[in-house]
Amino acid sequence: MRRPALYTAVTVGALVMLFPFAWTVITSLTPGAGLGTPDLIPDEPGLDAYRTLLEAMPFWRILANSLWIAVASTLLQLVTSAMAAYAFARLDFPGRNALFLVYLATLMVPMQVLVVPLFIEMRELNLVDTYAALLAPSIASAFGVFLLRQAVAQVPIELDEAATIDGAGHLRIFVSVVWPLIRPALATFAVLAFMSSWNSFLWPLVVIRSPELMTLPLGLSTLHGQFTTEWDVVMAGSVISIVPIAVLYLAAQKYVIQGVARSGLK
Amino acid sequence: MSTSTAPRTGPQLTPSPPSRRRRNRNALRHGGNRLRYAGIVALFLAPSLIPLTLFTLVPMVSSLWVALHDWNLITPMEFVGLANFRELLADGDTWAAFGHTLGYIAGYLPLVYLLGLGAALALNTALKGRNVLRAAYFLPVVTSWVVVALLWRWLLSPSNGLVNHVLGLVGIDGPGWWTDPTWAMPSVILASAWKDLGFVMIILLAGLQAIPGELYDAARVDGTSAWQRFRHVTLPLLSPSTFFVVVISLINGFQVFDQVYVMTGGGPAGATEVVVQQIYDLTFRYGRAGDASALSWLLFLVVLVVTIVQVRGQRRWVTYA
Repeated sequence: MRRPALYTAVTVGALVMLFPFAWTVITSLTPGAGLGTPDLIPDEPGLDAYRTLLEAMPFWRILANSLWIAVASTLLQLVTSAMAAYAFARLDFPGRNALFLVYLATLMVPMQVLVVPLFIEMRELNLVDTYAALLAPSIASAFGVFLLRQAVAQVPIELDEAATIDGAGHLRIFVSVVWPLIRPALATFAVLAFMSSWNSFLWPLVVIRSPELMTLPLGLSTLHGQFTTEWDVVMAGSVISIVPIAVLYLAAQKYVIQGVARSGLK
Repeated sequence: MSTSTAPRTGPQLTPSPPSRRRRNRNALRHGGNRLRYAGIVALFLAPSLIPLTLFTLVPMVSSLWVALHDWNLITPMEFVGLANFRELLADGDTWAAFGHTLGYIAGYLPLVYLLGLGAALALNTALKGRNVLRAAYFLPVVTSWVVVALLWRWLLSPSNGLVNHVLGLVGIDGPGWWTDPTWAMPSVILASAWKDLGFVMIILLAGLQAIPGELYDAARVDGTSAWQRFRHVTLPLLSPSTFFVVVISLINGFQVFDQVYVMTGGGPAGATEVVVQQIYDLTFRYGRAGDASALSWLLFLVVLVVTIVQVRGQRRWVTYA
């Protein structure tokens, strides 16, 4: 394709991708939006929708919940997955391959399958409507183990051996040799883990009752019921939920592409 | 080198003569070696194995147990053996749900792959502002399905949606999108492809970047056309990425739910009642937890078989450079 044609195609594509977001912002700034088709440039733009939103729910609390749950589950998954990845790539123990297959099988189970038994389990443990219940299913990640095992396998074994000669044990090798060398894969996985926690909907929907414990998608979906015709309020909530994750991705984009390229997902 | 703690992990280096200090440590270690090694394995595995067992494997197995019972979540469970499975297989709704799911995949997969491939090829060239463009294509991926589905539900709204508004400007009377049984599934597919194409793009981009430039140089020397280079260099060398995309998209496609739940709730007239929506409805609308669990196990088995077939069949078309 000729260069100008390529540019045009790519730019038009990008506009198509971005337009709904621009539209979200515009709508959130158009008081009383939703009955007609709002103008591209609102007559009297205003922040009323954001004000309504803050009054309708403990919004800052919900935002803080989402943030801390996402950060906690990401950190936990990074550590637990990287350690298991190290075990599968570098340690030799009976039943290693069979156990790895078990990890892989858990990947194919849809969350919806687990919801009911998991909910009952949480009820037995008296954890329904707590942060612990929200966090429990995302302490470990089979996908993370799968992704990071590929990355660990690509670290030259000679480095481990050199460290062993220097008297390092496995824990030491893991912390000071392997971990720094798989950083791009860790960054990729961190973004994906953060994303999936930030956006998860079904599990919080099932296990959380109190408005003070809600996360953003849950809060947004209740908004949808409360303000069926007030799209400006719904879209204001959407805008606030997109910004943090977009910022995080932009900061990590370089590592994500590198990480995917090196992790064997090619 | 303490071979005891790192057996068979690769080619053994010839150890340099150990210092006295190291020899002493090895002597000290010699006693509880096996126990110590088992302890190390446990130390590395426990942090993921314990939570995965408690919060994935246990519910998985107990859902199989539930599938063998009649249960409405409240009254005691009643053992019925495989009756739930037999009833499901005899029920037209089950086949319809699998049909809708396959229909979704048949529309979604080619669309998202072709769009993702186009974006990856274009954004792999040395364009100015390439990173900004990549970010634009990836933004929907990081956005929650609740937000995306609400957005598209509104964009495709039959009365005041933007899409029909624009179609109206050029004299086309837009369809009822998610309110019309014919257009409901295409609406869901459209929104899904829009959301996921950035993910496909990233995977394929990484694959493209791994293709050595010399191959293209050599092909150019041979006087090939751009199309021939794409057909005989790019596509075959991109096949591992394509494979990954297809496997993941199929697994996700069978599990399609969030967008359906928010955009159509399975309607209109059941036109978008996919398998997972059916599982959700059986459990939370009709209180038929036994049937729901049986259906989820049917789905799991289908995904498992499809994935195994994929992995087995990859040798036929996937080339690892």
